[in-house]
Amino acid sequence: MVPAFGVLQEIDLGPLAPHYLSEIIVGIVLMLLIFVVMWKFIVPAFEKMYEERSNQIEGGMQRAAAAEAKAEAALAEYNAQLSTAREEAARIREDAKNSGAQILAEARDKAAKESARILESGRTQLEAERSQLILQLRGEVGGLATTLAGKIVGESLTDDERANRTVDAFLAELETSGSVR
Amino acid sequence: MRPGLLPLEDGGYTPPGVDDFKFGAAFAGFPDWINKPFLQAVIGALLVILLWWWASRRLKTKPGKGQFLAEYVYEFVRNGIARDILHHDFRRFLPYLVGLFSFILVNNWFGELFLFMYPTFSNVGYAYGLAILSWLIYVGAGFKKFGFGFLRRSLIPEGVPPYLLPLIIPLEFLATFITRPVTLALRLFANLFAGHLVVVVFVVGGGYLLTVQDNLFYNVAGGVSLLFSIIILFLELFIGALQAYIFTVLTAQYVSTSISEAH
Repeated sequence: MVPAFGVLQEIDLGPLAPHYLSEIIVGIVLMLLIFVVMWKFIVPAFEKMYEERSNQIEGGMQRAAAAEAKAEAALAEYNAQLSTAREEAARIREDAKNSGAQILAEARDKAAKESARILESGRTQLEAERSQLILQLRGEVGGLATTLAGKIVGESLTDDERANRTVDAFLAELETSGSVR
Repeated sequence: MRPGLLPLEDGGYTPPGVDDFKFGAAFAGFPDWINKPFLQAVIGALLVILLWWWASRRLKTKPGKGQFLAEYVYEFVRNGIARDILHHDFRRFLPYLVGLFSFILVNNWFGELFLFMYPTFSNVGYAYGLAILSWLIYVGAGFKKFGFGFLRRSLIPEGVPPYLLPLIIPLEFLATFITRPVTLALRLFANLFAGHLVVVVFVVGGGYLLTVQDNLFYNVAGGVSLLFSIIILFLELFIGALQAYIFTVLTAQYVSTSISEAH
């Protein structure tokens, strides 16, 4: 056993004493060798790869965010269009309701006018027929009356002028009594 | 032969001991220190370098199977040890920590590799070597960051009343500069040494019992003991990985206490 440390020479360290001092040196040298390789080559290679990977992931996230924004914009546009369409539909419905009411009113008005007109013309015609009828009736009633009266009083009533006067008087009386009644 | 006694009575059995960990020159004509542990340490270091070099070639952002495994080990040290303990400073110490972890792991697993069947760090000298390096790194990191203020920072904890300082300063000195590297080395060494000794006891003793003539009980016991040594070997695989992890974690932890702003 090679004496490792001057002070420790006196103490028997047993298995805690290195068999050869070279073990410590070899351990340090090998570990330093590994460290240098790690430091110069391996860790940079791994870190570079991680950097690239995180960049790629970030790029992907940005793309995803862009796509999301696009989708949101499309949705907003769609919603806007939808509400416009709804408003328009409501407006059209409103218009239709209004114009329907207007048409109905117009039709009602027209019908009322028409019916008034028909009523009026009927009334006029009736009036005309009535007055014609009265005129005709007057003649006939006069004739009948004179005929009847002639038959009753004999031939004296054939004198036209007198007969007419009598009939007129009668009729006038008839009219006044009719109107009073 | 009397039953119930150890077969030591036969005179043919020498129990495994400290001498099983001593090796002469590996090749005739070479100095004694070029022995089996030395060769293992060199092969282990080359293996670590070659494996990492092989793994770091053509790293892709979308990993294949081999790269996935390499990344798993790398990230185990990088994220699980270095970044967790050292936080934003971890990149400076990452090469040492990754190298340290893989060097210890490979050499510990040599104890279960049929080519060697001997863990390199059950030779205490190599463990001292690594502990000295770790000591240099965490002390150096402290001095580099704080200059001589590092001594004040590491020896005088905050909030200690002045009358306790004569007691505290030697204790802190001992804890920071002496016991840390010693325990670091001895923990690694003793675990591997004891583990290997247990395996050797079961294998050598079992082999001896198995070949004792005219004693079936010994033979069965020897067979069981040999089978049990396989289980111990699996346990040693775990302990080897655990010790590599602990050594690396503690090194990172010591560096962290050296360079932390506040205690």
